[in-house]
Amino acid sequence: MARIAGVDLPKQKRVEIGLRYIFGIGPHIASKILEKTGISPDVRINKLNEQEVAKLRAVIEEDYDVEGALRGQINMNIKRLIDIGSYRGLRHRRGLPVRGQRSKTNARTQKGPKKSIGGLKKKPPTKG
Amino acid sequence: MPRSLKKGPYIEASLEKKIEAMNSSGDKRVIKTWSRRSTISPEFVGHTLAVHTGNKFIPVYITENMVGHKLGEFAPTRTFRGHGGKIAERSSRLKG
Repeated sequence: MARIAGVDLPKQKRVEIGLRYIFGIGPHIASKILEKTGISPDVRINKLNEQEVAKLRAVIEEDYDVEGALRGQINMNIKRLIDIGSYRGLRHRRGLPVRGQRSKTNARTQKGPKKSIGGLKKKPPTKG
Repeated sequence: MPRSLKKGPYIEASLEKKIEAMNSSGDKRVIKTWSRRSTISPEFVGHTLAVHTGNKFIPVYITENMVGHKLGEFAPTRTFRGHGGKIAERSSRLKG
């Protein structure tokens, strides 16, 4: 029904919340959009009429980068860091934390699941 | 976290002076610098600076994209050759 920027918005939720299902729109931008379009944040998405949806779509298109365009921008920023040979680019290339966090332990979000090095130790004898 | 805009970017005064001298006379030499903390300003573009790593100098050719970064970002100070294994041990012995 309400399809904005290539994302189906959940029908049962309030617009204020539903808009956040679009990548690049969070609480702050959602409320700003509603302010600009003059739509009450409390309306459910399935209660919006066509004009209101069109208005939302127009405002988002004009003022904000969302979804694919935003993802592209983020990737371009990372690519720039890599291309100029900076330390941050190097960390991106290696898949390690970029902002000076420790990587001796933790950093699992960046590094992904644990890779065990060396064999497993002998299993402790099972209970007889 | 960037520095306050009120203060403007930090550039080592001596380095700035040298760059300006090169810009006005139009010659291009490699300048050695220890000032890794200096921000790269648009005047640096096109020059090559040898940035100290604590051990040696790494030549860094400054391009437009680098403006706003610090010199130290382009001269890594650590050499990590991996943990354990034959290859890692051999390469660390070669350098060590």
